[in-house]
Amino acid sequence: MKSAGPVLGVVGVIVALWYAAAVLMNAQWERDQAGRAGVEIGWTQIVPATMAQERPVLPAPHQVAAELWQLTWGEEVSGRRGIVQSGSLSNRGLVLHAWVTFSATMLGFAIGSGFGILLAVGIVNNRAMDASVMPWAIASQTIPIVAIAPMIIVVLNSVGVAGLIPKAIIAAYLSFFPVVVGMVKGLRSPDGMQLDLLRTYNASSAQGLWKLRLPASMPYLFASLKVGVAASFVGTIVAELPLGGAGLGTRLLAGSYYGQTIQIWATLVVASVLAASMVAVVNSIQTRVLARMGMGA
Amino acid sequence: MSSSAGIARTGAPRFLGLEGLIALMGGGLAVLAWDWRVTLLLGAWLGAWAVNHGLSQMGGRWRMRLVPVIFGATLLVLWEMTVTMFAVPSVILPGPLAIAARFGSSMDVLWGDFVQTFVKGALSGYAMGCGAAVLTAVAVDRSAFLQRGLLPVGNFVAALPVVGIAPILVMWFGFDWQSKAAVVVVMVFFPVLVNTVAGLRATDAMQRDLMATYSASYWQGLFKLRLPAAMPFIFNGLKIATTLAMIGAIVAEFFGSPTQGMGFRISTEVGRLGLDMVWAEIAVAAMAGSAFYGVVAMLEKGVTFWHPSQRGR
Repeated sequence: MKSAGPVLGVVGVIVALWYAAAVLMNAQWERDQAGRAGVEIGWTQIVPATMAQERPVLPAPHQVAAELWQLTWGEEVSGRRGIVQSGSLSNRGLVLHAWVTFSATMLGFAIGSGFGILLAVGIVNNRAMDASVMPWAIASQTIPIVAIAPMIIVVLNSVGVAGLIPKAIIAAYLSFFPVVVGMVKGLRSPDGMQLDLLRTYNASSAQGLWKLRLPASMPYLFASLKVGVAASFVGTIVAELPLGGAGLGTRLLAGSYYGQTIQIWATLVVASVLAASMVAVVNSIQTRVLARMGMGA
Repeated sequence: MSSSAGIARTGAPRFLGLEGLIALMGGGLAVLAWDWRVTLLLGAWLGAWAVNHGLSQMGGRWRMRLVPVIFGATLLVLWEMTVTMFAVPSVILPGPLAIAARFGSSMDVLWGDFVQTFVKGALSGYAMGCGAAVLTAVAVDRSAFLQRGLLPVGNFVAALPVVGIAPILVMWFGFDWQSKAAVVVVMVFFPVLVNTVAGLRATDAMQRDLMATYSASYWQGLFKLRLPAAMPFIFNGLKIATTLAMIGAIVAEFFGSPTQGMGFRISTEVGRLGLDMVWAEIAVAAMAGSAFYGVVAMLEKGVTFWHPSQRGR
């Protein structure tokens, strides 16, 4: 790992900047408190105090880490509502919310990419479908689709569809178009020589699909799956905003209503770790599949 | 293109025959099992599809341009037919005509929301974020250490759900457009940074050697060779960032906003069940998003006219 040192260096600098910013941004509150109490305080008192505020403007990294530990391990193992004492995941801890968001994302992602692949196969095989759908699929990528998430949720709720499904629909919608566009590109990637070879074999269009187009499309498929899974996740989080109940998005909104900054940051960390690991899983599947197919770099 | 469509063309008639058979069977079943409204809808769909199929078989530039328009119009007509014939209540799904009427009658509100969210929030954030990203990329490019350290971090951040930072930035910068612009800055920064750094490395050794034989200074090399060569990559990042900017500006308004703005209007009108207004707002967002993308794509065409992907069209 040649880049481990530089990466650690950059991360270290970011953490140091974070601490500095925390001190600077939280100092005003401490001064106000001291001013109200009629005491003079110097930087020696301010700096440690800024690291331990209840609702800081910017919590220090170790506060976020402590909150994260408290909301996951602490809540589940020693909390009254945790899994150890009550047998179910605590609704105050982040594990439950992360699981809810994760399951909706996965369901939606599976639906969206499945339909995306099917539509892409249809587009490649049928000129009318290509000409009708493709321009709209490309144009839809320039439209902020996430913005309609709250409306779809509320409407589906009003017709009686609640729970996992509405969120999954939005997640599916967001991963659908990237997969269609990437997959069409991939299915068209075999060059004329290869297609001509299959024609000399008198291969049918289905054989051409199975033996040439689908294998050739794998690198494109995985690239768009990575985009799609990240988009699905963002979609699920935004979809959870108007809902209440469980989910990381709901936690973010609740945190912003009650000014629980440390909790927001802890939720963000969980969301980031979840997103990064989903992309990493797709990435490792990609590496394995491409290596088995002899396309690995 | 003509050679790569070879397999599809030889297989096409059989495939379409099968598809037509399935469609006919489905239509027949629908006529038997369902009521006349479904039949009507299916009839309209199949009719439009037949027209499109015919047009795309004939080929030709203008006919191919017409096909997606017919497809879009068909969807709108089917939507309107469904809403009218099944008497869908407007709090669940208003028809396109009702939405268009609402769009026409509340132009001033929509314009105010557009200015608040797009011009003040998204555009200013986009300009600041992309500018900062390109400058940072030029700075990063000078140091191999920073390149190796910052790029993995940037790639990591680019995959994160950055929208989540919106509640925090709304707390810091207040409810007005400043917080929206801040969210947009954070959202567009990393994709543009990563693309620009990749672009600045796109020149090959031969070209750089040529600059060296001219004894060009670092800045001359940057402005005359490497920045122009990086433009396709930079514009790729800028195009991704247009959508992100719109999303960031709208979603940030869900966490608190002045009583104006597209995100504010969407969330309040959903609460008041004024869904025609929500759809009108979505239409504005869609048009603004595509126009934004279109403008950046046109700029790209002008700046990178020399690139293979822009030639021969």
